[in-house]
Amino acid sequence: MASDKSRLGLILLMAPLAIWLMTLIVLPHVGMFLVSLQEKVGIRQYETSLANYAVFFNEPLYWNTFARTAYMSITATVLTLLIGFPVAYYIAKLTRGRTKTTLFLMCLIPFWVSELVRTFGWMILLRETGVLSSFLQYIGVLAGPVEFLYNDAAIMTGLVYTSMLFMVVPLVTTLDSLDDSLIEAGYDLGGSSFSILREIVIPHAMPGIVSGCIVVFMLSLGNYLTPILLGGKDSLWFTGLIYDQFITRFNWELGSAFGFLLLGLSSLIVFLALKLSGQSLGKTMGR
Amino acid sequence: MKSTVLFATGAALALTTFSAQADTLRLLTWGGYAPEDVVAKFEAETGHTVEVTKSNNEEMVAKLRATNGGGFDLAQPSQDRIAGAQAEFGIYKPLDMSKIDTSQFIPSMLTATKGNTMVDGEVYGVPHVWGTSGLVVNTAMAGQVQDYMDLCDPSVAGKVSYRLKRPTLIGFAFSMGMDPFAAYADADAYQAILDKVEAQLIDCKSNVKTYWGGGDEIKNLLRSGEVTASMAWDTGGWQLNDDNADITFVAPKAGALGWIDTFAMPARGRADDAAYAWINFVMQPEIAAMITTAAGNFTASQGGDAGVADALKAKYQASFPQEAIDNIKWYPAVPAGLEALEGATLDRINAAK
Repeated sequence: MASDKSRLGLILLMAPLAIWLMTLIVLPHVGMFLVSLQEKVGIRQYETSLANYAVFFNEPLYWNTFARTAYMSITATVLTLLIGFPVAYYIAKLTRGRTKTTLFLMCLIPFWVSELVRTFGWMILLRETGVLSSFLQYIGVLAGPVEFLYNDAAIMTGLVYTSMLFMVVPLVTTLDSLDDSLIEAGYDLGGSSFSILREIVIPHAMPGIVSGCIVVFMLSLGNYLTPILLGGKDSLWFTGLIYDQFITRFNWELGSAFGFLLLGLSSLIVFLALKLSGQSLGKTMGR
Repeated sequence: MKSTVLFATGAALALTTFSAQADTLRLLTWGGYAPEDVVAKFEAETGHTVEVTKSNNEEMVAKLRATNGGGFDLAQPSQDRIAGAQAEFGIYKPLDMSKIDTSQFIPSMLTATKGNTMVDGEVYGVPHVWGTSGLVVNTAMAGQVQDYMDLCDPSVAGKVSYRLKRPTLIGFAFSMGMDPFAAYADADAYQAILDKVEAQLIDCKSNVKTYWGGGDEIKNLLRSGEVTASMAWDTGGWQLNDDNADITFVAPKAGALGWIDTFAMPARGRADDAAYAWINFVMQPEIAAMITTAAGNFTASQGGDAGVADALKAKYQASFPQEAIDNIKWYPAVPAGLEALEGATLDRINAAK
């Protein structure tokens, strides 16, 4: 009787999560998968086949776009980690109380406005008649206006800026839990700053680094606004291709296939990265 | 008992008259086509309320396809984009011409639009607003740009912008001496034209500053002087002309591309009466003049240009001498499937270095 009751309780507790997952995640994906298997053979005529997936592998354009997107996202992830780690270390270990809260809040504040506004902010700064170009001319570094927008560096800047918070937060949390006495012990035993970083700090922070990297990589890969707005005519991005297939080409079949390929290939990249770094998802999330 | 029945009938009557009088018209349209003063006047006159959603040609089809033609009661796609979308997705329902006051329309435009939007003998669209796309040029800095091909000239390198969409392909094809509209029905011939345009546009890519996406974006680029020559809509050029007398719309030598935006009814729209009321209301000459003032484009309303400010008429006449009007290339209906070919071409141009 008692076990029946607790089972009912468990079912009721699980129900909201199960309904959420089923109706908003699983069912749309099943529908999209079925659409991606439809090959258009004529007006309102469809056949079941894998032709849409074949398009991706046969047309180098799409394959190259994915490779470029993945490569840019990995670069953005590495850059975010390199910039975010010292920031997180400073916040977690070298500040206390009010200063700590203030610094943490300052990382958070840019995210109070929408991504669109933040991206437009970068456009105002970087455009030919923008703040940066005007300032450099004013102090005499540049002779004429220079366009900083519409190139890969602008995309990279936008991506790193957009995802900084998602790297800093998990890093601060894991670094917070590192006991200061361990670092002191390291110095007592004659370790240099570098060896302490390598032997004590980074191994302890590894779960934070891995989860931060996964989040930032996925966010960059799935980003649409930043590459399109900051990249201009060279802004080829895989999510942009998917949007084009759905909205301007009315080709939902190919768009769905691309969506699934993005899901599969990005999961594969994360899996490979975990294997290469000797981490596992369970270990990362469990701690 | 009797009183209950009476009461019920009365309530039912009240309900039906209520719904007939006060529908909500969900209008899927372009920016400027449903200005607030026109909406307010319509609501005061008919009792219906209007919900305006601003969109563009591709989004309209995508939105209506997602709901099988539901969610909106009246849409305003361009006349060339109706027949193909209808054949492919069945997102519209035929218009009941007896409910439309056809005497308010310019006859030639009405006939042409009805012909272009005909599927299986049924009419799916009537004309509303028309205009052209061509070149918007800063004449002080790039006065030599007279045709689409001139955008690839080294003298304007890095100062050019156009959209990466089908009008650009069509405009360049005409400018290169080909007739893409004649090849619409022949997929192989059309692909041959697209291949030539693709090579040209890839070659031209180094000249381009950026591909613009929205009307405000290109106006901003022209106003700041970052772009001096572009392919854009006529109204954009005339609006910029108010701020900077050097910038104006130029009808290209190969011909401006003429479009007509229509009224079409989504297949599962609910407020049909309100939709017909809106069509008949906005086609009145004085209302049409208000829309022309707001959107900057002229309408298919008979006599609708009489109430338009002289300044706009003067700009229109300066950009369009008679031979330029005769040279306008009006879009014929796009056959289903053609856009897939264009899409692949546009993807390749976008990916090229």
